[in-house]
Formats: sequence, C-alpha cells, structure tokens
Amino acid sequence: MREIQEFTLDELKHHLSSKAISGETVVLNMGPQHPSTHGVLRLILELDGEIIVNCIPDVGYLHTGIEKNMEAKTYQKAEVLTDRMDYMFSMGNTLVYTLAVEKLTGLKPPPRADAIRVILTELSRIQGHLLWLGTSAMDLAALSTFLYTMREREMILDVFELVSGARMMTTYIRPGGLWRDVPAQFESLVRRIVKEIPRRMIEYESMLTKNPLFLDRTRGIGPIDTKTCLAYDVTGPTLRATGLAHDVRKANPYCGIEQYDFDIPTQTEGDCYARYLVRLEEMRQSIRIIEQALDKLPYGPVRVPNYKFVPPPRSEIGASMEALIHHFKLWTEGFTPPKGSVYATVESPRGEMGVFLESNGTPKPYRVHYRTPSGPLLHALPVIAKGHFVADMVGIIGSIDIVMGDCDR
Amino acid sequence: MNEFLQPVVEKFKTEFKAEASEFRDEVTLLIPAEKNIEAALLLRDEFGFDLLSAVTAVDYCPQKTPRFHMVYIFYSTSHKTYLTVRAGLDGESPSIRTLEKVYPSANWREREVYDLFGIHFEGHSDLRRLLLPPDWKGHPLRKDYPLGYEEVQFTFNFKEIDVRKPKGEI
Repeated sequence: MREIQEFTLDELKHHLSSKAISGETVVLNMGPQHPSTHGVLRLILELDGEIIVNCIPDVGYLHTGIEKNMEAKTYQKAEVLTDRMDYMFSMGNTLVYTLAVEKLTGLKPPPRADAIRVILTELSRIQGHLLWLGTSAMDLAALSTFLYTMREREMILDVFELVSGARMMTTYIRPGGLWRDVPAQFESLVRRIVKEIPRRMIEYESMLTKNPLFLDRTRGIGPIDTKTCLAYDVTGPTLRATGLAHDVRKANPYCGIEQYDFDIPTQTEGDCYARYLVRLEEMRQSIRIIEQALDKLPYGPVRVPNYKFVPPPRSEIGASMEALIHHFKLWTEGFTPPKGSVYATVESPRGEMGVFLESNGTPKPYRVHYRTPSGPLLHALPVIAKGHFVADMVGIIGSIDIVMGDCDR
Repeated sequence: MNEFLQPVVEKFKTEFKAEASEFRDEVTLLIPAEKNIEAALLLRDEFGFDLLSAVTAVDYCPQKTPRFHMVYIFYSTSHKTYLTVRAGLDGESPSIRTLEKVYPSANWREREVYDLFGIHFEGHSDLRRLLLPPDWKGHPLRKDYPLGYEEVQFTFNFKEIDVRKPKGEI
C-alpha cells in the first residue's frame, strides 16, 4: 500500500488569499463523499465567515482511463466503454462516438436509423433533465420533486430496456446504424411518454416555479455572463441561460435533426433560476422533436448493408458463406478506416460533447479524446461561486448540472 | 473548403508557414510549436473563433520528430465552424507555451494534457495533475506506458517474461 499524498496549504497558496495563510479565513474541505456533490467531487473552500472567498475544485476521483483502454480495443469493442462516461446521457455518448467513426469510414446510416437515434437521444436528454430537476431541487430541500421525477424517468428507462435490453448502458447505436430495429411496442410506449411528460411537468412547475422558498434560493444566485462562459468554454443550458442561443443541434446538426421544428430556449439573467427555466423549456422542445420524429418515422432498414464495416444480420449468417466470413472477420479483426483524424459533436444535456478520433489505418483507434461539457463547468465553478454563502454552493453545483463520470472519464 | 476558412488558411500559410490539410471536410493546420500563442491570438481577435473547444495531444511513439502533436480545436459561434490546429513537439520531455492567457479554458485542458502526456506548459499558472493523484508515476496516455495487463507466465517462458515484467508500482 502506498501512502496517500495530500495537498498541503503551501501547494495551493496561489489559489488562496493571504488571509488563509495567516489564519484569518478558514480553509474547509467539502467532499469527496458528500450527498450534494453529485458524484465524487471534492471542493476546497476558503471561507470568510459563511462567504466563499475562494473555491478549488479537485476532480479525478472517477477517472477510469477510458481513453487509454479504448486504444487497445477494436472500433466496435471500444464503443462499449463510451456508455460509462456520462452515465446520464449514455445514448448520446455512443452516438457521438458512432458519428466520429462514421465520419472516418464514410458510412451513411439509413433514414430510419437516424430518426430512431434522434428519438432516443432526445428521450435521453429528458431523462437527464428529469434527474437533474429532482436532485437539484432536493439539494434545496424540496424533497418531493425527486420522487415524482424519478417515477417519470423510469418510464423512459423502460423504453431503453425495451430496445436494447439495458436500462442505462445501452450500446444500442452502432457504427452504420443500430444494433437492431426497435420492437413493435416502441412507438406506442414513446407516444405515451410524450403525452404524459408535459402533463407531469405542470405538476413540477406548480411545486417549484413560483414557490417563494425556491425563488429565494435560486434567483440572483450564481450568476455568470456570456463573456465568462465563452472564455471558460462553458456551453449548454448554462450558456443559453445567459442569452446566447448556441446549440449544437442548430449550429452543426447531426442525424437529420435539422428537419424537425424546434426552438432554442434562452434566458438573460444567467443565474440558477434562469438555468432552471431553460432546462424545463428544453424538455418541452425535446418532446416536440420526438413527436415530429415519430410522425415521420420512415420504414426501411436500420443498418447499412456494407458488411466490411457492419456485421450481417443473424438470419444471413446461417445461409450465406460470405456473411459468415464477414461476421468472423469483423469480430476477430475489426474493420480498418483510412488514416486521418475527425471531430464530431452532439448536444448533451450539459453542453457540447465532442469526440476527437484519430486513426492510423489499423483496426484499433489510435487516439480517442472526449471533449466533455462537465469539465469546463467545474473549471468555471470558482468564478460562479465566489461571494456566495456555503449553503448556496450546493444549489449552484446542482444548477450547473455536472456529472463526474463525464468530467473525469 | 468552407469560404469562411479560406482566408484563415491563406493567412496561416503566409504568417506561420502552416501546412494545411483537409480530411472529411475538416481543415487541419500544422503550425510550428513556438507560434501557438500568436496563432491563437490571430484566430480569436481577427477571425472570431471565440471558443477553444478541445485541447489534447497525440503520441506518435516511437517516432522521434515529432514525437507528439498538440491538437487545438477552435470553434466560432458566429460562423459555426470548427478548425483544428496542430503543433509538433519533439523529445521525451516536450514543452510548449500555455494558451491560458488567450483562452482561460485552456488552464484545465492543459493540466489534463500535462497529467496524461507529460507535456510541460511554459508560463502555466497552476501546472498540477488534474485527474490522477499528485504522486502518480508516469503519464498514462503515452504509447510507451503499459496498459496494465499482466502477461501470463508458463514454465517454458517464465524467465523470459519475468525480465520485461513491470516491477513494483506502475
């Protein structure tokens, strides 16, 4: 066993004020195990009474070396690891990796696969926002919201289980299309969710939006402006709450999402309350996208019939020698994309999620880098939290919606 | 190529002798490593690339020159365009100037690259490890860093594998 080396006050001197060294202010450790830090996040706070003077986030407790591990696996097998990063948006994690691989190999998925991808990632966004709504309200002592949002989130996870067999780690979206077509009950189940969620959202809003206790804890708390957001590379609802309508779905559309009609909600205050309003409206917009995608859902194949990259269906393996060989080659050796590097992005519930993928012409990715939205949010946290009460810190962490698996990878 | 990127590429070619390449509609510029701050300033102030979307590195071990590529991905919210800028770095302990003063978001990103690749950033205000513990040995994303598998030893090759087996802590 090695001894654990801890930070000393001396090492962090440049982050703290001179008062901390002389003992006039208190340096307090918060986390890494703390119910309101949403994962294992450690914060070192310098406090003057109850006011936060400085804040030093310490991340990395959930670092699992996924980028390194992916380099040792073939393109198809590495995809399984991507689900485990941002576990609140696993559909999107696989989608962005898949988009990068498709860009690299030049595969173009069929329209039905694209429409199902959009439906599933938007459902994923709604369930991510539902969990955020529940936990961030719980941080502000509104416990009952959590029970309601978890109930609705379960309906969405049931859909994921129906299509992929897993509730969270789905790996359903594959390079060249989908793992398989959705079952017959899919459409009716999603239609029920689409009808149910807006009705339930009125219930959440009646509990929070005009609740004076909630307003006191969120309005004017943790404001950030557009300039700071851009400087710290903060994207997603936090950026949109400052008034800049930047959304990857509109700016650099993927999976044909540009053919659906939806708005980018914005607010101008940039505080916790503005972020809350933006996210609620985003859930409504996601419902709109899903409704349109369901109405237009085309029939047809869900996988490209290019067996050099996409495994052939089970029915063909028994009947065709070529299909058997392709299947064998794909799962033992993998496919080889051309040399080069690409960058693909999707909009996660927390901001822009990107994959930088470099290939050297072998069946294994040479370098995979995930550009995740939670890292910049935590980097900007000291700027947002400065001058607030310790009690508000919890609310701020909740409102910027960080997922530590996403930040640490 | 995107008509917005055309003048950027031209300017980079004359100013920094950059090599431009295009792959799958993505433009990549390879610049000399010592010009990275000037290039970032030019992109931010003249061409409106307001986001530094990603900073990472690629290790080309055992290749010596360049051993590493720093990869910067810039984004312009007004033109909705990405631009990749790369800079080659040589040697076992490479070093490049920090972009933290131009884009504050580079602070954590460079700490991550320092942590996982061991690339030193000159002038960085807080160059500590970001993800790994402060007493970690080595830089895991380098290609010469082992994945941590244990090679299986049999009686006939026990000694042979024992020689190259990592000893103690990795």
